[in-house]
Amino acid sequence: MPRPSQFMIRASLIWLVVGYTVGGLLLLHKAWPLFYPLWALRSAHIFMLLVGWLVQLSAGVAVWIMPRLVQPGVITGSGDRGDLRLVWLCCGGLNVGVGLVTAHPLLVWLSGGHASAFGWMLALAGAVWLMAVIAFIGNVWQRVRPVIDPIKMISHD
Amino acid sequence: MYRQARFYVRSALIYLLAAFTVAEVLLLNQAFGWDGRLGVLQYAFYHLLMVGWATQLIGGVALWMFPPFTRERPRGNETLGWAAYVALNVGLLLRVVGEPMHALQPGALASGLLAISAVLQVAAAWLLVGQLWPRVRQRITPPSEGRRG
Repeated sequence: MPRPSQFMIRASLIWLVVGYTVGGLLLLHKAWPLFYPLWALRSAHIFMLLVGWLVQLSAGVAVWIMPRLVQPGVITGSGDRGDLRLVWLCCGGLNVGVGLVTAHPLLVWLSGGHASAFGWMLALAGAVWLMAVIAFIGNVWQRVRPVIDPIKMISHD
Repeated sequence: MYRQARFYVRSALIYLLAAFTVAEVLLLNQAFGWDGRLGVLQYAFYHLLMVGWATQLIGGVALWMFPPFTRERPRGNETLGWAAYVALNVGLLLRVVGEPMHALQPGALASGLLAISAVLQVAAAWLLVGQLWPRVRQRITPPSEGRRG
């Protein structure tokens, strides 16, 4: 498993536990009201699990497991997984975006409800997520292909 | 695919069926206006799909295909995986029962079910991560081959 995949999978596991913990607090709050501002974390809970956990884990595993790029006659061992800088960019973008949408309701609450002052955080989160998925697609697009034997250069579907 | 992973994946498939059954009920209700109270099943649909299906399927496939922990104990601590399985499924089922009950007839019983469900689902996430975390690594190869990705 390449390092960026390890990093993305570990980050996704962290978002899994953080997202579930926030979800558990929201559910407890529904049962016995604990602290009303908690509800503001509902959208962060959704994004932590949808983007931080599901999207990031899928992308990390895809980078690890998709067919590798091979050079004629060269058995590369670890294989060529394309430009891994794109994967690091994807990893950074996904996590920064989730961090922003998580920090947003907290900062709005701390500022006494001035949501408009922090609207840029949501816009930036959307932009870095877009950058992240473009980078991810940039890495894996050419790897969506049959596996190729590096010696015989024959493809196996 | 070993036994624990099969339990996760088969349970995920059952939740997939359950989630889309609930979705059909919600959509039929929306189309024909059977009973407004059925709308309380919406949260159950989301969580059957995202917790019961998506998270459990991913957990099962990860337990199956992530690199082995060690040669002697390739799957790591399986007890954590079983504890996560029980906590996730019991927690989710309690939520599916408790949340509509809480919306329609709030009371101590419904609140208690939701609270237990919350604790169990959070515990499930921590336990599953506890088993998977040490297996997020490069695969083990014989010393002569060196390390591969």
